[in-house]
Amino acid sequence: MDTHAAYKSRWLPWVLLAPTFVILLVFLYYPTFETFILSLYRVAFFGLSKQFVGFGNYKEIFTNPEYLQIFWNTAIFAFLVVLLSMSVGLGLSVLANQKIRGRGFYRLMLIWPYALSPAVAGVIFLFLFNEQSGIVNYLLGITLGITPNWLTDPVLAMALLIFVAVWKNVGYNVVFYIAGLQNLPGEVLEAALIDGATPWQRFWKITFPLLGPMTIFLLIMNTIYAFFDAFAFVDLLTKGGPSNATNLLIYNIYRDGFEYYKTGLAAAQSVILFVAVVILTIIQLRFGESRTHYGG
Amino acid sequence: MAQSQVQTQPSRRPGPRPTLRRRKMMSHLVVHLLLLAAVFVVAAPLLIAFIFSTQTPAQIFSYPPKFTIGSALVENYKTAWYEYNLGVYMKNSFIIAVAVTVGKTIVSFMAALALVYFRFPLKGAIFTFILLTLMMPTEIMIVALFELVTKLGWSNSYAALIVPFLASATGTFLFRQQFLQIPTSLVDAAKIDGAGPLRFAWSILLPMSFNVIAAMAVIQFVYMWNQYLWPLIVIRENARQVVQVGLKGLTSGQDATNWGIVMAGTIIALLPALIVFMLLQEQFSRGFAMSEEK
Repeated sequence: MDTHAAYKSRWLPWVLLAPTFVILLVFLYYPTFETFILSLYRVAFFGLSKQFVGFGNYKEIFTNPEYLQIFWNTAIFAFLVVLLSMSVGLGLSVLANQKIRGRGFYRLMLIWPYALSPAVAGVIFLFLFNEQSGIVNYLLGITLGITPNWLTDPVLAMALLIFVAVWKNVGYNVVFYIAGLQNLPGEVLEAALIDGATPWQRFWKITFPLLGPMTIFLLIMNTIYAFFDAFAFVDLLTKGGPSNATNLLIYNIYRDGFEYYKTGLAAAQSVILFVAVVILTIIQLRFGESRTHYGG
Repeated sequence: MAQSQVQTQPSRRPGPRPTLRRRKMMSHLVVHLLLLAAVFVVAAPLLIAFIFSTQTPAQIFSYPPKFTIGSALVENYKTAWYEYNLGVYMKNSFIIAVAVTVGKTIVSFMAALALVYFRFPLKGAIFTFILLTLMMPTEIMIVALFELVTKLGWSNSYAALIVPFLASATGTFLFRQQFLQIPTSLVDAAKIDGAGPLRFAWSILLPMSFNVIAAMAVIQFVYMWNQYLWPLIVIRENARQVVQVGLKGLTSGQDATNWGIVMAGTIIALLPALIVFMLLQEQFSRGFAMSEEK
């Protein structure tokens, strides 16, 4: 099993592991544990009074229609962002992986938004979709004669958030799907080719199932992206509005915790999000590849 | 997938081949058109942002809008850099991104060295301890982490932006994966030659890990450069703020937003991460996305 483990020392491995161990313990384990504890308290007056309320915060969250709407928003947003950015990413990867001229160029031009921050993307789209002076409404106006109110219509505001999030994340999926496609066993595809399978059949019967583990991995990564990186989009584009229509869980945690100082409620929502992430991670560890990455 | 077996036929042959070839050319044309359309959709927002970053407010609000370089290029970028403090924010972002990239690379390298090349008790438990942190993204614990950092007296400091990110499961496992692919014979040979673990790590492992180090550099630099939520919470002092949060200040000016300056700010803010990514994207794909296939 441990064929590489050639060295033995009583203290050296512990010295090597110490920085990792201490940082993970102090800055990840301890705050996670504290979040659980905080979620059982009601904190008021900027943290000066702290009262144990048991599961009171959870009860409030699960009965208050405003919170239920936030869950619903988060679910719709995450579902559509994951579905769209993965299917578009896969489609573009298949195209860019064809034996055509300039595939290196296409690949690079599709993946560069990986390096772009959600905040930068948010600010650029705020300008593009500006109702009066935005380029998008100018183009829609001269071609279709419409100038939609992107940020004040509940459905359009959510659609805009989803669009930005997908636009920014397609490149990430292209990176991984192209890598996956290039690692496919060539013999199987050739055999199918000789058997006369159409490209459509070859894709759905062979390529797509072979990409299964990669798809599960990306499913998790995209969901986590939709849960957390969405914060900057909401904060810069809609601020959760109009009237809570685009308020997502991560944005509401920030608001409850740092604008309204409802620390206990914010912690309880964090725990709920944490449970979702744990379930996703277990799914990945059981069914996906051993690939592990958050970007963190 | 392209039908590659068809294309080798000589062109003068009679029969169905020419039509097949034409069909293939057509299908390639369609693929090119689709990809070009996608490339355009991906690039258009950035191109538009650049064009308008060179225009004066009058040029931006002119009707119809002009899609040409305006006359305020230098002025907008200067204003964003000096008057809106982007220069200071960029310096802060740079310090924390470089510190975390370098620090995490070293810390992760050390941890992976211990996990792969040493026999010691509780190794399995330590491995699980690191693995489980994959389920704990910082965003999930912002409330408690903020309290902790405040208690440590780190509010408004670089330490709050750097120290919590100096170790990660991602980094440790990237190096571990790389080490496991290096043949065992190397470490055995090094041992026979009398090289201790640190000597072996320095003169053999390190030079063999440059791909992973490059991949780490891209992932960590881009990740740190692009952080938004955590600095927004923990830094309340302009002199210490990072550029992503600084951008927000540009959009919410007291008077009507000058979009030319805002777009200049976004271009400035995105360039460093984009440049690092472009320079190292080959290594990034090789060391990261394509690593450890069965």
